[in-house]
Order: sequence, then C-alpha cells, then structure tokens
Amino acid sequence: MAESFVPSEGALSFQPPGFSGDVPREKPEPGPLLRGFRAALGRLGPALLPWTLPLAVIVLWQTAASLGLLSSRVLPAPSDVSLAFWRTLQDGSLVSNILVSTRRALIGLAIGGGIGFALGVANAMWRPAETALDSTLQMLRNVPHLAIIPLVILWFGIDEEAKIFLVAIGVAFPIYLNTFHGIRTVDRGLIEMARVYGLSPAPLFFRVILPGALPSILVGLRYALGIMWLTLIVAETISSTSGIGYMTMNAREFLQTDVVVLGVIAYALLGKLADSLTRALEQRTLAWHPAYASNREAAR
Amino acid sequence: MMEVFAPNAAAFPAQETVQETAQETAQETVQGETRKPASAIRGWHGAAVRLDGVVKAFGERPVLRRLDLDIPAGQFLAVVGRSGGGKSTLMRLVAGLEPATAGTVSVGGEKVSGLVPQVRLLFQDARLVPWQRILQNVGIARGPGWQETARTALHDVGLADRGHEWPFVLSGGQKQRVALARALVSHPAVLLLDEPFGALDALTRIEMHALTERIWRERGFTVILITHDVTEAVALADRVIVLREGEIALDLPIDLPRPRRESSAAAGALHEQILAAV
Ligand SMILES: Nc1ncnc2c1ncn2[C@@H]1O[C@H](COP(=O)(O)OP(=O)(O)OP(=O)(O)O)[C@@H](O)[C@H]1O
Ligand SMILES: [Mg+2]
Repeated sequence: MAESFVPSEGALSFQPPGFSGDVPREKPEPGPLLRGFRAALGRLGPALLPWTLPLAVIVLWQTAASLGLLSSRVLPAPSDVSLAFWRTLQDGSLVSNILVSTRRALIGLAIGGGIGFALGVANAMWRPAETALDSTLQMLRNVPHLAIIPLVILWFGIDEEAKIFLVAIGVAFPIYLNTFHGIRTVDRGLIEMARVYGLSPAPLFFRVILPGALPSILVGLRYALGIMWLTLIVAETISSTSGIGYMTMNAREFLQTDVVVLGVIAYALLGKLADSLTRALEQRTLAWHPAYASNREAAR
Repeated sequence: MMEVFAPNAAAFPAQETVQETAQETAQETVQGETRKPASAIRGWHGAAVRLDGVVKAFGERPVLRRLDLDIPAGQFLAVVGRSGGGKSTLMRLVAGLEPATAGTVSVGGEKVSGLVPQVRLLFQDARLVPWQRILQNVGIARGPGWQETARTALHDVGLADRGHEWPFVLSGGQKQRVALARALVSHPAVLLLDEPFGALDALTRIEMHALTERIWRERGFTVILITHDVTEAVALADRVIVLREGEIALDLPIDLPRPRRESSAAAGALHEQILAAV
C-alpha cells in the first residue's frame, strides 16, 4: 500500500534519520555532492512531515492485520488493498472510474462555482439584485442539498446530469457567500481612491475589487471542494453505473472490502490533491499579502 | 528634473496642449517674479479653485456654512482647523467626491459636478493598492506609456529602485512618497493634500516637506494642504486659512522668502496669530 500509493515519499521518509546521522561520521568533510544531497533532504523535510502520521497508521494497520487482530471482513490489510490497487489498475477500471468521478466533480464545480460567483458579484455590487435575491438564497442555502436526491433522481434518473446538478448546487452556496462577503469587505477607501484616480468600472473591478475579494473567494473555493467530493460520493453511491462511488458500492455486494477501502483512499487523495492545488493558487495569487509572502520566505 | 519630465509631458500631448494655451498667460501674472514660472516646463500648470457661497450639510448638521474662497492658480494654500471642522469635507467637494448642498465649486473656471480629472487627492492614509506592485500603484490608471511615466515619478520621489516590490514592504513615509508619485503622474492642476504627513516622524516629515515644496515649485500646480500642524502650514504655504465651525476664521498671506529653512521671528509671529484663530 505505502509502496504503491506514495512510493517516493514513503521511500524517502524512512531514510533520513539513519541516513543523515550516519554519513557525517564516515566522512567529516562532506563533498559538494553530499552537501547538495543533504541540502535537498533538509528542504524535503518539511514537505515530508505531514505524511508521517498517515504512514505510521498504515504500518500499525498492516501489523495488526498480519497478526490476525483485524479480520479482513472488517478491514483488509494494506497489502490486500495494494493488490486490489494493482488489479483494478491493470483492468483499467480504477483509472476510468477516477476519471469519470473527476470529470463530474469539475463540471459540477465549474457550473455551480460560476453561478455562485456571478450571484455573489451581482448581489454585492448592485443593491437591487441583493434585495431581490439574497433572502431567497439564504433560505435555499439552509436546505441540505443532499435532501433533494430523491427529486433529482426523479428529474434526471441516474444520468450524468443528476450528479453534476447535485455537485453544482452543493458548491454554489459557499462560493456565493464568500464572493459576496469578499467584495463587500473590500476597503471602501481604496475604491474611492481608484475613482479619484480615474479608473473606469472594468479596471476598478479587475484591479481593485476582485483582487481584494480574492482571499475570501479562495476560502469559499476550498470549502466548496470539500462539499464537491462529499456530494459526489453520496450521489455515486446511490445512483450510478460508474465512478469511484459506484466502484465501492459494487464491491460491497461482492464483499470486496479491499476495493471499498481502495475507493475511500482514492477519495482522500483526490480531496487532498484538490486542496493542495487551491493552496498553490493561494500562494500564487496572494503573493502581495504579508502572511503569504513570509510563508514563502520561510519555506525557502 | 526638467529634462526628466519633458518627455512625459509629450506622452499626453492632447490633454496638455488644450489647457496649456488657456493657462499660460494667467500663470505668468499670478506667479510674478516670486519664483521660476511653472510654464518654464512646458505643459505644467495650476488651475484656480473658486468657492462661491458653498454650504455643505450632512442631514441636519451643517459642516460648511457659506464659504467663499478664491485660490489663484499655482497658490500653495494651507487649511488649518480643529478636528471635525470640515477640512476633509472641503477637499471632497473640490475633488468632486461629494456635491455641495448649496453654492458652487469651480476648478479652472469650470463648475465641479462629479469627479474632476485635473484634481488629485493625497489621503491621510496612503491608500496604496496592496495587490499591485509599487510601479503599478503609481501608474494605477495605466494610460499610454504609463510604465515610463510611473518610473520617472518614482525616481522623482527617491524610490526609483522599489518599483517591483509589494507596498507592504514600505515604511509609512515611503508609502506616502509612492502616493505622491501616483498623484504626480496624472499631471494634476490641483493637488489636494489631506494631512498626508500626519503619521510621520519629525525628520521624515521635514523630508516630505522639502520634496513637496520642490515638486510644487517645479510644476506650479495649485496645492491645498490640510494640516493640524501650524508650523507645517507656515513653513510651506503662500497663504493660510483657519476653518472654524464651517467658516473661515482667518485668511492670512505668508510672505516669507523661500526656502524657509530655519524658523524666523516673522514666522513665529504668524504662528501665534494662526494659533489664536484656531
Ligand atoms: N459622510 C458623512 N456623513 C455624515 N457626517 C459627516 C460625513 N462626513 C463628515 N461628516 C461630519 O462632518 C464634520 C466634519 O468632518 P471632516 O472630516 O470634514 O472634519 P475634518 O476637519 O477633516 O476633521 P479631522 O481634522 O479630524 O480630519 C464632522 O462632524 C463629521 O462627523
Ligand atoms: Mg479630515
């Protein structure tokens, strides 16, 4: 499991303690190559740290399973999950299911996020829109979107639209709220300054208002990504003939707990990947922010 | 200075030539022999500001009561007064950020109704856009050839090498200098300074005074400086008015020779006179 899923990190994180400790004793004056290697390890250290806990859990889990403390009915050993990984990788079902799920997630995010963003901008910048729409949106927001799954199945059956619709509804609200809030809290003084200095509406929006709202919008995006995967799991589990949710549901019928666990891990990694991408986006777009700038300095 | 800025004036030919012909003759007479005429640098000029019976009230509360004020083109006017006396409100009227309740404000002979492109305002807080680099802040309105113009303006306020950095790395005084550069690139005919040096330490403040005075002398725009600091007003201005309870309580010409380095007895007397009126 560890070897197959996170090969490079797994291999490296086990080595540094013994490795960096032993080498200097053999060779008091490290050569440039070795120094470069140790510098690389030093830089990798902070990157590896977050992975130590998951790896420790996997090691414990494997040990417990090997000693027979865990029945494979309850929880399959990591080694079994690794085998399931190879099997589904080879017959292509893993990749195709991941692709199908990712595609649904992204389309839903694009549609729902787009609508949420547009509504957020419109309501924050234009009073009549806010008056007309905001209270309705607040009401809808408080309906758990998964509660309408039965309706959605009636409307769309188990087609793609059903899943995409649910994801879109789920992500629209956090994006809407945070866009609205972000734009409303942009420094009024800056907007006034921009007007005095002759910025017309479009540059005012793109140069001052939108970047000012961006930190809040990105918080909304990260929150929306969590909802996106959650919605998709539920939707695919209930009504689908493809996707990771379907894969795990199908495996349950054949008591393939290893595939079920594999599906859960796939979701976890996809969620983590999405989150990392947003973080990277934050780092890039918020470089002007003292907090992010100092983070970057520290990471260097 | 002159050589540095000449090409920029050429960068905005349409805007300049129209106003230049109208302003040039007026300027020579107003400024007389007291300093190098601003029109020596072609394209730079000030505009006269006039307030006729200006009243401004917020709801029931009057802030400015029937203000009449004539500021000739190129004059350096300082406005002092107690907090809440309506100084910032006066500025916002001249900039066209707010309409007068009654009376008229005119800049360069034209009645103000809405934002005036010839007028630039320097706020008490520098109001730099945090997510635009310093050079982009200076050239916030972009426009043709803005990078060259912005670079020259940054050079002029002594921050030539900081253009690529983010505003948060700057000190308070440096931020104000960037704000000044930003005001200068658009060739203002009237520069409004709303206590821009209030938060600075004494030494930085003196530096900023010298910088402001130098640029004003080179360009001859009209300046209205709001300040709490009477010494600052006496050191910089051609004329000081005291605004008290929405009325002009004192209108005092300052006829001291420039540059006004050390404090003289004459300055001390003027200082006393202004303080008494505030
Ligand atoms: N938008 C507004 N709405 C209501 N009242 C206002 C508004 N702007 C200013 N005022 C009031 O007008 C009066 C004058 O305000 P102004 O900001 O012009 O004072 P100021 O002379 O600049 O004071 P300071 O030296 O403290 O900056 C104050 O009593 C203030 O409360
Ligand atoms: Mg004020």
